[in-house]
Amino acid sequence: MNLVLIEHDQGKLSKTAMEVLIPARDLAKKTNTRFAAVLIGDNALSVVDTLQYYGVKKVYHVKHGRLDDYAPDAWAESVVQLIQKANPQTVLAVGSDRGNEVMARVAAKTNNPMAANCIAIEPGEKYRVTRVRWGGSLFEEAWLDGIPKLLTVATLTFESAEIPGSEKPETEEFVPELSDKDFRVRVTRRIPPEGGVSLSDARVVVGGGRGVGSKEGFALLEELAELLGGTVGGSRVVTNLGWRSHADQIGQTGTRISPDLYIACGISGAIQHWVGCMGSKTILAINSDPEAPIVTKADYAVIGDLHEVIPALCAEIKKMK
Amino acid sequence: MPNILVCVKRVPATGARIVLTEDEQAINTRYLGFTVSPHEECAVEEAIRQIEKHGGQSTVLTLGPEEAAEQLRDALAMGIDEAVLLQTDVDDWGPMVTAEAIIRAIQSRQQEKGAFDVLLFGNESADNGGYQVGIRVAHALDLPCITGIKGLEIQGNTAVARREAAGGWEIFEVSLPAVFTVKEGINLPRYPSFKGKMSAKKKPIAQQNPVWKQDRLQKIRLESPIVETESAVILGKGPEAAPHVVQMLKEIGIVVS
Repeated sequence: MNLVLIEHDQGKLSKTAMEVLIPARDLAKKTNTRFAAVLIGDNALSVVDTLQYYGVKKVYHVKHGRLDDYAPDAWAESVVQLIQKANPQTVLAVGSDRGNEVMARVAAKTNNPMAANCIAIEPGEKYRVTRVRWGGSLFEEAWLDGIPKLLTVATLTFESAEIPGSEKPETEEFVPELSDKDFRVRVTRRIPPEGGVSLSDARVVVGGGRGVGSKEGFALLEELAELLGGTVGGSRVVTNLGWRSHADQIGQTGTRISPDLYIACGISGAIQHWVGCMGSKTILAINSDPEAPIVTKADYAVIGDLHEVIPALCAEIKKMK
Repeated sequence: MPNILVCVKRVPATGARIVLTEDEQAINTRYLGFTVSPHEECAVEEAIRQIEKHGGQSTVLTLGPEEAAEQLRDALAMGIDEAVLLQTDVDDWGPMVTAEAIIRAIQSRQQEKGAFDVLLFGNESADNGGYQVGIRVAHALDLPCITGIKGLEIQGNTAVARREAAGGWEIFEVSLPAVFTVKEGINLPRYPSFKGKMSAKKKPIAQQNPVWKQDRLQKIRLESPIVETESAVILGKGPEAAPHVVQMLKEIGIVVS
Protein backbone atom coordinates (compact mmCIF):
# COMPACT_ATOMS: atom_id res chain seq x y z
CA MET A 1 0.00 0.00 0.00
CA ASN A 2 1.17 3.51 -0.87
CA LEU A 3 -0.29 6.80 0.32
CA VAL A 4 -0.71 9.82 -1.93
CA LEU A 5 -1.31 13.20 -0.38
CA ILE A 6 -3.69 15.26 -2.50
CA GLU A 7 -3.11 18.99 -2.40
CA HIS A 8 -6.16 21.20 -2.12
CA ASP A 9 -7.07 24.54 -0.67
CA GLN A 10 -10.31 24.53 1.29
CA GLY A 11 -11.78 21.91 -1.00
CA LYS A 12 -10.37 23.31 -4.21
CA LEU A 13 -7.71 21.31 -6.07
CA SER A 14 -4.59 23.24 -6.99
CA LYS A 15 -3.54 23.42 -10.63
CA THR A 16 -0.82 20.80 -10.18
CA ALA A 17 -2.58 18.62 -7.59
CA MET A 18 -3.36 15.73 -9.93
CA GLU A 19 0.18 15.46 -11.35
CA VAL A 20 1.17 13.13 -8.52
CA LEU A 21 -1.33 10.48 -9.55
CA ILE A 22 0.39 9.18 -12.72
CA PRO A 23 3.68 8.39 -10.95
CA ALA A 24 1.68 7.04 -7.99
CA ARG A 25 -0.18 4.68 -10.31
CA ASP A 26 3.02 3.59 -12.08
CA LEU A 27 4.81 2.94 -8.79
CA ALA A 28 1.90 0.91 -7.40
CA LYS A 29 1.91 -1.18 -10.59
CA LYS A 30 5.66 -1.82 -10.41
CA THR A 31 5.47 -3.01 -6.81
CA ASN A 32 2.23 -4.86 -7.31
CA THR A 33 0.44 -2.89 -4.66
CA ARG A 34 -2.41 -0.41 -4.33
CA PHE A 35 -2.46 3.22 -3.40
CA ALA A 36 -4.86 5.34 -1.42
CA ALA A 37 -5.37 9.07 -1.74
CA VAL A 38 -5.20 11.15 1.43
CA LEU A 39 -7.56 14.11 1.68
CA ILE A 40 -7.04 16.28 4.72
CA GLY A 41 -9.72 18.59 6.06
CA ASP A 42 -13.45 18.61 6.63
CA ASN A 43 -13.98 20.57 3.42
CA ALA A 44 -11.75 18.29 1.36
CA LEU A 45 -14.40 15.78 0.37
CA SER A 46 -15.68 17.99 -2.44
CA VAL A 47 -12.76 16.82 -4.60
CA VAL A 48 -13.52 13.09 -4.18
CA ASP A 49 -15.60 13.03 -7.34
CA THR A 50 -12.66 14.36 -9.34
CA LEU A 51 -10.30 11.71 -7.96
CA GLN A 52 -12.25 8.81 -9.40
CA TYR A 53 -11.33 9.93 -12.92
CA TYR A 54 -7.65 9.62 -12.07
CA GLY A 55 -7.64 5.98 -11.04
CA VAL A 56 -8.14 6.52 -7.32
CA LYS A 57 -10.00 3.58 -5.78
CA LYS A 58 -9.50 4.30 -2.10
CA VAL A 59 -9.54 7.56 -0.16
CA TYR A 60 -8.61 8.30 3.42
CA HIS A 61 -10.57 11.33 4.47
CA VAL A 62 -8.80 12.94 7.43
CA LYS A 63 -11.37 14.70 9.57
CA HIS A 64 -10.86 16.80 12.64
CA GLY A 65 -12.88 19.73 13.92
CA ARG A 66 -9.88 22.06 13.65
CA LEU A 67 -8.80 21.14 10.13
CA ASP A 68 -10.88 23.87 8.51
CA ASP A 69 -7.91 25.59 6.88
CA TYR A 70 -4.36 24.78 5.86
CA ALA A 71 -2.03 24.08 8.79
CA PRO A 72 1.18 22.34 7.65
CA ASP A 73 2.08 20.72 10.99
CA ALA A 74 -1.44 19.41 11.48
CA TRP A 75 -1.39 18.02 7.94
CA ALA A 76 1.98 16.38 8.56
CA GLU A 77 0.91 14.95 11.93
CA SER A 78 -2.20 13.51 10.26
CA VAL A 79 -0.02 11.82 7.64
CA VAL A 80 2.30 10.47 10.36
CA GLN A 81 -0.63 8.92 12.23
CA LEU A 82 -2.01 7.52 9.00
CA ILE A 83 1.40 5.96 8.30
CA GLN A 84 1.16 4.17 11.68
CA LYS A 85 -2.30 2.89 10.78
CA ALA A 86 -1.84 1.92 7.12
CA ASN A 87 1.86 1.01 7.18
CA PRO A 88 2.57 2.18 3.62
CA GLN A 89 5.78 1.46 1.67
CA THR A 90 5.75 4.92 0.10
CA VAL A 91 4.15 8.29 0.72
CA LEU A 92 4.03 10.65 -2.25
CA ALA A 93 2.94 14.25 -2.70
CA VAL A 94 3.19 16.79 -5.47
CA GLY A 95 6.33 18.94 -5.39
CA SER A 96 4.48 22.19 -4.79
CA ASP A 97 5.07 24.65 -1.94
CA ARG A 98 2.59 22.77 0.23
CA GLY A 99 3.51 19.27 -0.93
CA ASN A 100 7.20 19.80 -0.28
CA GLU A 101 6.74 21.41 3.11
CA VAL A 102 4.26 18.84 4.40
CA MET A 103 6.48 15.93 3.29
CA ALA A 104 9.57 17.57 4.80
CA ARG A 105 7.66 17.86 8.07
CA VAL A 106 6.60 14.22 7.86
CA ALA A 107 10.26 13.33 7.22
CA ALA A 108 11.45 15.33 10.24
CA LYS A 109 8.77 13.82 12.49
CA THR A 110 9.53 10.22 11.42
CA ASN A 111 13.31 10.73 11.12
CA ASN A 112 13.28 9.62 7.49
CA PRO A 113 14.98 11.07 4.44
CA MET A 114 12.83 12.85 1.85
CA ALA A 115 13.52 13.20 -1.86
CA ALA A 116 12.02 16.38 -3.28
CA ASN A 117 10.92 16.82 -6.89
CA CYS A 118 11.44 13.35 -8.35
CA ILE A 119 10.94 12.67 -12.04
CA ALA A 120 11.59 8.91 -11.95
CA ILE A 121 11.14 6.32 -9.21
CA GLU A 122 12.57 2.77 -9.30
CA PRO A 123 11.38 0.76 -6.31
CA GLY A 124 13.55 -1.74 -4.43
CA GLU A 125 14.88 -2.16 -0.92
CA LYS A 126 16.13 1.38 -1.40
CA TYR A 127 14.45 3.36 -4.16
CA ARG A 128 16.56 4.64 -7.02
CA VAL A 129 15.07 8.06 -7.73
CA THR A 130 15.91 10.74 -10.25
CA ARG A 131 15.23 14.20 -8.90
CA VAL A 132 15.72 17.69 -10.22
CA ARG A 133 18.41 20.01 -8.98
CA TRP A 134 19.08 23.60 -10.00
CA GLY A 135 15.39 24.12 -10.70
CA GLY A 136 15.40 21.45 -13.40
CA SER A 137 18.62 22.19 -15.26
CA LEU A 138 20.36 19.25 -13.62
CA PHE A 139 19.18 15.79 -12.62
CA GLU A 140 20.43 13.75 -9.69
CA GLU A 141 20.15 10.00 -9.36
CA ALA A 142 20.02 9.01 -5.73
CA TRP A 143 19.28 6.16 -3.36
CA LEU A 144 16.32 6.91 -1.14
CA ASP A 145 16.16 4.99 2.11
CA GLY A 146 13.56 5.11 4.87
CA ILE A 147 10.44 3.42 6.18
CA PRO A 148 8.28 4.48 4.50
CA LYS A 149 9.96 6.08 1.49
CA LEU A 150 8.98 9.76 1.38
CA LEU A 151 9.10 11.70 -1.85
CA THR A 152 7.49 14.45 -3.89
CA VAL A 153 7.19 14.53 -7.67
CA ALA A 154 8.31 17.51 -9.73
CA THR A 155 5.49 19.63 -11.14
CA LEU A 156 5.03 20.18 -14.88
CA THR A 157 6.63 16.77 -15.49
CA PHE A 158 3.79 14.26 -15.53
CA GLU A 159 0.56 14.76 -17.45
CA SER A 160 -2.55 14.16 -15.40
CA ALA A 161 -4.69 12.22 -17.86
CA GLU A 162 -8.24 11.24 -16.95
CA ILE A 163 -9.48 7.66 -17.05
CA PRO A 164 -13.03 7.59 -18.37
CA GLY A 165 -15.88 5.72 -16.70
CA SER A 166 -14.26 4.82 -13.41
CA GLU A 167 -16.12 4.06 -10.21
CA LYS A 168 -16.46 6.25 -7.19
CA PRO A 169 -13.65 5.47 -4.73
CA GLU A 170 -14.23 3.82 -1.39
CA THR A 171 -13.87 6.43 1.35
CA GLU A 172 -12.66 5.74 4.86
CA GLU A 173 -12.71 8.39 7.55
CA PHE A 174 -9.67 8.87 9.72
CA VAL A 175 -9.67 11.08 12.80
CA PRO A 176 -6.14 12.01 13.96
CA GLU A 177 -5.25 13.14 17.45
CA LEU A 178 -4.05 16.71 17.14
CA SER A 179 -2.89 19.16 19.77
CA ASP A 180 -2.55 22.95 19.96
CA LYS A 181 1.06 22.59 18.88
CA ASP A 182 -0.05 21.23 15.51
CA PHE A 183 -1.91 24.49 14.91
CA ARG A 184 0.87 26.94 15.81
CA VAL A 185 1.31 27.49 12.08
CA ARG A 186 -1.94 27.97 10.22
CA VAL A 187 -3.37 30.33 7.67
CA THR A 188 -5.02 33.05 9.72
CA ARG A 189 -5.99 35.41 6.93
CA ARG A 190 -5.94 35.60 3.14
CA ILE A 191 -5.53 38.41 0.68
CA PRO A 192 -7.17 37.44 -2.62
CA PRO A 193 -5.41 37.89 -5.99
CA GLU A 194 -5.64 41.36 -7.44
CA GLY A 195 -7.17 40.20 -10.68
CA GLY A 196 -5.77 40.27 -14.17
CA VAL A 197 -4.07 37.31 -15.80
CA SER A 198 -1.35 35.81 -13.62
CA LEU A 199 1.97 34.73 -15.15
CA SER A 200 1.40 31.08 -14.34
CA ASP A 201 -2.06 31.04 -15.95
CA ALA A 202 -1.41 33.27 -18.98
CA ARG A 203 -1.78 31.80 -22.47
CA VAL A 204 0.77 34.24 -23.85
CA VAL A 205 3.69 35.73 -21.92
CA VAL A 206 5.98 38.48 -23.18
CA GLY A 207 9.22 38.54 -21.16
CA GLY A 208 11.87 41.22 -21.08
CA GLY A 209 15.51 41.13 -20.03
CA ARG A 210 18.42 43.51 -19.76
CA GLY A 211 18.03 44.29 -23.47
CA VAL A 212 14.81 46.20 -22.75
CA GLY A 213 17.12 48.90 -21.40
CA SER A 214 14.91 50.63 -18.83
CA LYS A 215 11.75 50.47 -16.78
CA GLU A 216 10.02 52.63 -19.40
CA GLY A 217 11.13 50.27 -22.16
CA PHE A 218 8.56 47.75 -20.93
CA ALA A 219 5.74 49.86 -22.42
CA LEU A 220 6.57 48.22 -25.77
CA LEU A 221 6.22 44.75 -24.25
CA GLU A 222 2.96 45.74 -22.53
CA GLU A 223 1.53 46.78 -25.88
CA LEU A 224 2.51 43.52 -27.56
CA ALA A 225 1.14 41.48 -24.65
CA GLU A 226 -2.14 43.33 -24.77
CA LEU A 227 -2.52 42.73 -28.51
CA LEU A 228 -1.98 39.01 -27.94
CA GLY A 229 -4.16 38.80 -24.83
CA GLY A 230 -1.16 38.00 -22.68
CA THR A 231 0.80 39.33 -19.76
CA VAL A 232 4.33 40.68 -19.17
CA GLY A 233 7.17 39.17 -17.15
CA GLY A 234 10.90 39.67 -16.80
CA SER A 235 14.21 38.01 -16.04
CA ARG A 236 15.95 38.09 -12.66
CA VAL A 237 18.23 40.87 -13.91
CA VAL A 238 15.21 43.03 -14.58
CA THR A 239 13.63 42.49 -11.17
CA ASN A 240 16.99 43.00 -9.43
CA LEU A 241 17.39 46.30 -11.28
CA GLY A 242 13.94 47.30 -10.03
CA TRP A 243 12.50 47.67 -13.56
CA ARG A 244 9.74 45.20 -12.69
CA SER A 245 8.43 43.94 -9.37
CA HIS A 246 9.60 40.51 -8.22
CA ALA A 247 6.09 39.15 -8.76
CA ASP A 248 6.81 39.45 -12.50
CA GLN A 249 9.97 37.36 -12.40
CA ILE A 250 10.12 34.30 -14.64
CA GLY A 251 12.74 31.84 -13.39
CA GLN A 252 14.04 29.41 -10.82
CA THR A 253 13.43 31.84 -7.97
CA GLY A 254 10.36 33.44 -9.54
CA THR A 255 7.41 31.98 -11.43
CA ARG A 256 7.53 28.86 -13.60
CA ILE A 257 5.43 29.57 -16.66
CA SER A 258 3.82 27.16 -19.13
CA PRO A 259 1.98 29.30 -21.69
CA ASP A 260 1.16 28.39 -25.29
CA LEU A 261 3.55 31.11 -26.42
CA TYR A 262 6.46 32.78 -24.67
CA ILE A 263 8.17 35.71 -26.36
CA ALA A 264 11.60 36.35 -24.79
CA CYS A 265 12.76 39.87 -25.62
CA GLY A 266 16.34 40.93 -24.96
CA ILE A 267 16.88 37.98 -22.62
CA SER A 268 20.15 36.06 -22.89
CA GLY A 269 18.72 32.87 -21.41
CA ALA A 270 20.77 32.01 -18.34
CA ILE A 271 19.81 28.76 -16.62
CA GLN A 272 18.02 30.62 -13.83
CA HIS A 273 15.65 32.01 -16.48
CA TRP A 274 15.50 29.01 -18.78
CA VAL A 275 14.16 26.63 -16.12
CA GLY A 276 11.33 29.09 -15.51
CA CYS A 277 10.22 29.23 -19.14
CA MET A 278 11.14 25.83 -20.56
CA GLY A 279 7.60 24.57 -19.90
CA SER A 280 6.25 26.90 -22.63
CA LYS A 281 4.75 25.18 -25.69
CA THR A 282 6.39 27.55 -28.15
CA ILE A 283 9.22 29.98 -27.47
CA LEU A 284 10.05 32.93 -29.72
CA ALA A 285 13.25 34.81 -28.95
CA ILE A 286 13.82 38.37 -30.07
CA ASN A 287 17.48 39.14 -29.58
CA SER A 288 20.20 41.16 -31.27
CA ASP A 289 22.77 38.46 -30.49
CA PRO A 290 22.40 35.37 -32.71
CA GLU A 291 24.71 33.47 -30.32
CA ALA A 292 22.63 34.15 -27.19
CA PRO A 293 21.72 30.87 -25.42
CA ILE A 294 18.02 31.70 -25.65
CA VAL A 295 18.29 31.85 -29.45
CA THR A 296 19.78 28.38 -29.63
CA LYS A 297 17.18 26.93 -27.26
CA ALA A 298 14.04 28.66 -28.59
CA ASP A 299 11.75 27.28 -31.29
CA TYR A 300 11.77 30.51 -33.30
CA ALA A 301 13.95 33.57 -33.27
CA VAL A 302 14.12 37.03 -34.74
CA ILE A 303 17.60 38.51 -34.79
CA GLY A 304 17.37 42.23 -34.18
CA ASP A 305 16.86 45.06 -31.75
CA LEU A 306 13.64 44.53 -29.82
CA HIS A 307 13.01 48.29 -29.92
CA GLU A 308 12.60 48.01 -33.69
CA VAL A 309 11.16 44.51 -33.97
CA ILE A 310 8.34 44.84 -31.43
CA PRO A 311 6.77 48.02 -32.92
CA ALA A 312 6.86 46.40 -36.37
CA LEU A 313 5.26 43.29 -34.96
CA CYS A 314 2.54 45.29 -33.18
CA ALA A 315 1.78 47.16 -36.41
CA GLU A 316 1.54 43.90 -38.33
CA ILE A 317 -0.87 42.39 -35.77
CA LYS A 318 -3.01 45.54 -35.75
CA LYS A 319 -3.36 45.31 -39.54
CA MET A 320 -5.30 42.10 -39.06
CA LYS A 321 -7.76 43.51 -36.56
CA MET B 1 15.31 43.32 20.59
CA PRO B 2 15.52 40.25 18.39
CA ASN B 3 18.51 37.97 18.12
CA ILE B 4 18.50 36.78 14.51
CA LEU B 5 20.27 33.86 12.87
CA VAL B 6 20.48 33.50 9.11
CA CYS B 7 21.76 30.35 7.41
CA VAL B 8 23.26 30.52 3.91
CA LYS B 9 24.86 28.15 1.41
CA ARG B 10 27.76 28.74 -0.94
CA VAL B 11 26.80 27.72 -4.48
CA PRO B 12 28.44 28.15 -7.90
CA ALA B 13 27.27 31.13 -9.93
CA THR B 14 26.14 29.31 -13.05
CA GLY B 15 25.76 30.94 -16.42
CA ALA B 16 23.96 29.57 -19.42
CA ARG B 17 25.23 26.01 -19.21
CA ILE B 18 26.18 23.65 -16.41
CA VAL B 19 29.20 21.44 -17.05
CA LEU B 20 29.73 18.37 -14.87
CA THR B 21 32.99 16.88 -13.67
CA GLU B 22 34.07 13.69 -15.43
CA ASP B 23 33.02 11.43 -12.57
CA GLU B 24 29.52 13.04 -12.70
CA GLN B 25 29.67 13.77 -8.99
CA ALA B 26 29.72 17.56 -9.08
CA ILE B 27 29.54 20.68 -11.19
CA ASN B 28 32.82 21.64 -12.80
CA THR B 29 33.47 24.92 -11.05
CA ARG B 30 36.91 25.62 -12.49
CA TYR B 31 35.63 28.60 -14.48
CA LEU B 32 32.84 29.65 -12.15
CA GLY B 33 32.52 32.18 -9.37
CA PHE B 34 30.55 31.50 -6.20
CA THR B 35 27.65 33.18 -4.50
CA VAL B 36 24.88 32.30 -2.04
CA SER B 37 21.49 31.01 -3.15
CA PRO B 38 19.22 33.92 -4.17
CA HIS B 39 16.62 33.15 -1.50
CA GLU B 40 19.32 33.30 1.17
CA GLU B 41 20.75 36.55 -0.11
CA CYS B 42 17.30 37.98 0.63
CA ALA B 43 17.26 36.26 4.04
CA VAL B 44 20.51 38.08 4.93
CA GLU B 45 19.01 41.39 3.80
CA GLU B 46 15.84 40.67 5.81
CA ALA B 47 17.87 40.00 8.97
CA ILE B 48 19.68 43.32 8.54
CA ARG B 49 16.47 45.26 7.91
CA GLN B 50 14.80 43.77 10.99
CA ILE B 51 17.80 44.69 13.13
CA GLU B 52 17.84 48.22 11.68
CA LYS B 53 14.18 48.56 12.65
CA HIS B 54 14.09 46.84 16.03
CA GLY B 55 17.70 46.79 17.18
CA GLY B 56 19.26 43.51 18.25
CA GLN B 57 21.96 41.21 17.04
CA SER B 58 22.51 39.13 13.90
CA THR B 59 24.58 36.05 13.11
CA VAL B 60 25.20 34.35 9.77
CA LEU B 61 26.00 30.63 9.62
CA THR B 62 27.08 28.35 6.81
CA LEU B 63 28.19 24.78 6.35
CA GLY B 64 30.76 24.47 3.61
CA PRO B 65 34.41 24.45 2.63
CA GLU B 66 37.03 26.85 3.93
CA GLU B 67 36.27 29.11 0.95
CA ALA B 68 32.69 29.61 2.20
CA ALA B 69 34.20 32.21 4.55
CA GLU B 70 33.98 34.43 1.45
CA GLN B 71 30.16 34.22 1.52
CA LEU B 72 30.16 34.90 5.27
CA ARG B 73 32.31 38.00 4.68
CA ASP B 74 29.81 39.19 2.07
CA ALA B 75 27.00 38.92 4.64
CA LEU B 76 29.14 40.67 7.26
CA ALA B 77 29.88 43.43 4.73
CA MET B 78 26.14 43.91 4.17
CA GLY B 79 25.69 44.45 7.91
CA ILE B 80 25.46 41.13 9.77
CA ASP B 81 27.32 41.24 13.11
CA GLU B 82 28.90 37.81 13.55
CA ALA B 83 29.57 34.67 11.55
CA VAL B 84 29.88 30.93 12.12
CA LEU B 85 31.58 28.59 9.64
CA LEU B 86 30.88 24.88 9.93
CA GLN B 87 33.92 23.91 7.93
CA THR B 88 33.88 20.66 6.02
CA ASP B 89 36.25 18.95 3.64
CA VAL B 90 33.60 16.77 2.02
CA ASP B 91 31.46 18.43 -0.66
CA ASP B 92 28.50 16.22 -0.52
CA TRP B 93 26.40 16.91 2.54
CA GLY B 94 22.84 15.65 2.12
CA PRO B 95 19.88 17.50 3.62
CA MET B 96 19.45 15.33 6.73
CA VAL B 97 23.06 15.44 7.88
CA THR B 98 23.33 19.13 6.99
CA ALA B 99 20.33 19.84 9.20
CA GLU B 100 21.82 17.73 12.02
CA ALA B 101 25.11 19.66 11.92
CA ILE B 102 23.29 23.01 11.90
CA ILE B 103 21.07 21.93 14.81
CA ARG B 104 24.11 21.04 16.92
CA ALA B 105 25.81 24.32 16.03
CA ILE B 106 22.71 26.34 16.92
CA GLN B 107 22.35 24.54 20.24
CA SER B 108 25.94 25.18 21.26
CA ARG B 109 25.79 28.79 20.05
CA GLN B 110 22.58 29.39 22.01
CA GLN B 111 24.13 28.04 25.18
CA GLU B 112 27.04 30.37 24.77
CA LYS B 113 25.31 33.51 23.51
CA GLY B 114 21.61 33.26 24.27
CA ALA B 115 18.61 32.04 22.31
CA PHE B 116 17.79 33.12 18.77
CA ASP B 117 14.34 34.69 18.35
CA VAL B 118 14.22 34.56 14.56
CA LEU B 119 15.96 31.87 12.49
CA LEU B 120 16.04 32.53 8.75
CA PHE B 121 16.78 30.04 5.97
CA GLY B 122 16.30 30.07 2.23
CA ASN B 123 13.18 28.22 1.09
CA GLU B 124 15.41 25.84 -0.88
CA SER B 125 19.06 25.91 -1.91
CA ALA B 126 19.74 26.84 -5.53
CA ASP B 127 21.87 23.77 -6.18
CA ASN B 128 20.44 20.85 -4.21
CA GLY B 129 16.84 22.02 -3.87
CA GLY B 130 16.03 19.67 -1.00
CA TYR B 131 13.26 21.85 0.49
CA GLN B 132 13.81 20.60 4.03
CA VAL B 133 16.81 21.87 6.02
CA GLY B 134 14.95 24.76 7.71
CA ILE B 135 11.99 22.51 8.48
CA ARG B 136 14.19 19.82 10.04
CA VAL B 137 15.99 22.40 12.18
CA ALA B 138 12.66 23.84 13.38
CA HIS B 139 11.39 20.38 14.26
CA ALA B 140 14.50 19.47 16.26
CA LEU B 141 14.37 22.76 18.17
CA ASP B 142 10.60 22.44 18.65
CA LEU B 143 9.93 25.76 16.92
CA PRO B 144 7.15 26.72 14.53
CA CYS B 145 8.27 27.05 10.91
CA ILE B 146 6.70 29.13 8.17
CA THR B 147 8.08 28.43 4.72
CA GLY B 148 8.36 30.45 1.54
CA ILE B 149 7.73 33.83 3.12
CA LYS B 150 7.79 37.07 1.12
CA GLY B 151 6.96 39.41 3.98
CA LEU B 152 7.83 39.53 7.68
CA GLU B 153 6.69 41.91 10.39
CA ILE B 154 7.91 41.55 13.94
CA GLN B 155 5.82 43.06 16.70
CA GLY B 156 7.27 42.30 20.11
CA ASN B 157 6.98 38.56 20.61
CA THR B 158 4.85 37.95 17.57
CA ALA B 159 5.65 37.72 13.88
CA VAL B 160 3.27 38.09 10.98
CA ALA B 161 4.53 36.45 7.81
CA ARG B 162 2.99 36.32 4.39
CA ARG B 163 3.50 34.03 1.48
CA GLU B 164 2.19 33.94 -2.05
CA ALA B 165 -0.50 31.40 -2.86
CA ALA B 166 -2.45 31.11 -6.10
CA GLY B 167 -1.80 34.73 -7.00
CA GLY B 168 -2.91 36.07 -3.61
CA TRP B 169 -1.41 35.94 -0.13
CA GLU B 170 -1.65 33.63 2.89
CA ILE B 171 -1.02 35.33 6.22
CA PHE B 172 0.46 33.43 9.17
CA GLU B 173 0.91 34.66 12.71
CA VAL B 174 3.28 32.97 15.17
CA SER B 175 4.90 33.58 18.52
CA LEU B 176 8.67 33.94 18.56
CA PRO B 177 11.05 32.19 18.57
CA ALA B 178 10.30 30.80 15.13
CA VAL B 179 11.95 29.58 11.93
CA PHE B 180 11.15 31.23 8.60
CA THR B 181 12.28 30.09 5.17
CA VAL B 182 12.52 33.01 2.81
CA LYS B 183 11.82 33.38 -0.89
CA GLU B 184 13.43 35.89 -3.19
CA GLY B 185 11.18 38.92 -3.59
CA ILE B 186 10.79 39.59 0.15
CA ASN B 187 13.18 42.51 -0.44
CA LEU B 188 15.82 43.75 -2.84
CA PRO B 189 19.23 43.01 -1.25
CA ARG B 190 21.65 45.91 -0.91
CA TYR B 191 25.18 45.99 -2.23
CA PRO B 192 27.77 46.17 0.54
CA SER B 193 29.31 49.61 0.97
CA PHE B 194 33.07 50.16 0.92
CA LYS B 195 32.89 50.87 4.63
CA GLY B 196 30.95 47.65 5.14
CA LYS B 197 33.56 45.66 3.28
CA MET B 198 36.35 47.16 5.34
CA SER B 199 34.64 46.49 8.67
CA ALA B 200 33.73 42.93 7.59
CA LYS B 201 37.42 42.10 7.54
CA LYS B 202 37.59 42.76 11.27
CA LYS B 203 34.44 40.92 12.30
CA PRO B 204 34.90 37.49 13.92
CA ILE B 205 34.20 34.19 12.15
CA ALA B 206 33.80 31.38 14.65
CA GLN B 207 34.73 27.99 13.27
CA GLN B 208 33.60 24.45 14.00
CA ASN B 209 34.37 21.20 12.22
CA PRO B 210 31.36 18.91 12.06
CA VAL B 211 31.97 15.28 11.16
CA TRP B 212 30.64 14.10 7.80
CA LYS B 213 28.16 11.26 7.68
CA GLN B 214 26.52 9.52 4.74
CA ASP B 215 22.99 10.84 4.22
CA ARG B 216 20.12 8.40 3.81
CA LEU B 217 19.29 10.26 0.62
CA GLN B 218 22.48 9.28 -1.16
CA LYS B 219 23.63 10.83 -4.43
CA ILE B 220 24.66 8.32 -7.09
CA ARG B 221 25.44 10.64 -9.96
CA LEU B 222 24.45 13.88 -11.63
CA GLU B 223 23.20 14.16 -15.15
CA SER B 224 22.65 17.03 -17.57
CA PRO B 225 19.21 16.79 -19.13
CA ILE B 226 19.29 16.20 -22.86
CA VAL B 227 19.30 19.60 -24.49
CA GLU B 228 17.74 19.63 -27.91
CA THR B 229 20.50 20.62 -30.26
CA GLU B 230 18.06 21.64 -32.97
CA SER B 231 18.50 25.38 -33.21
CA ALA B 232 15.70 27.88 -33.53
CA VAL B 233 14.01 28.61 -36.84
CA ILE B 234 15.19 32.13 -37.67
CA LEU B 235 12.15 34.08 -38.82
CA GLY B 236 14.21 37.00 -40.05
CA LYS B 237 16.36 39.93 -39.09
CA GLY B 238 15.08 43.24 -37.72
CA PRO B 239 11.61 44.71 -38.28
CA GLU B 240 11.28 42.99 -41.68
CA ALA B 241 10.70 39.75 -39.79
CA ALA B 242 7.31 40.94 -38.49
CA PRO B 243 5.12 39.38 -41.24
CA HIS B 244 6.90 36.03 -40.78
CA VAL B 245 6.29 36.18 -37.04
CA VAL B 246 2.59 36.84 -37.59
CA GLN B 247 2.46 33.91 -40.00
CA MET B 248 3.95 31.68 -37.29
CA LEU B 249 1.48 33.06 -34.71
CA LYS B 250 -1.36 32.08 -37.07
CA GLU B 251 0.06 28.59 -37.49
CA ILE B 252 0.20 27.95 -33.77
CA GLY B 253 -3.25 29.46 -33.27
CA ILE B 254 -2.32 32.52 -31.22
CA VAL B 255 -3.81 35.00 -33.69
CA VAL B 256 -6.62 34.31 -36.13
CA SER B 257 -6.92 36.09 -39.42
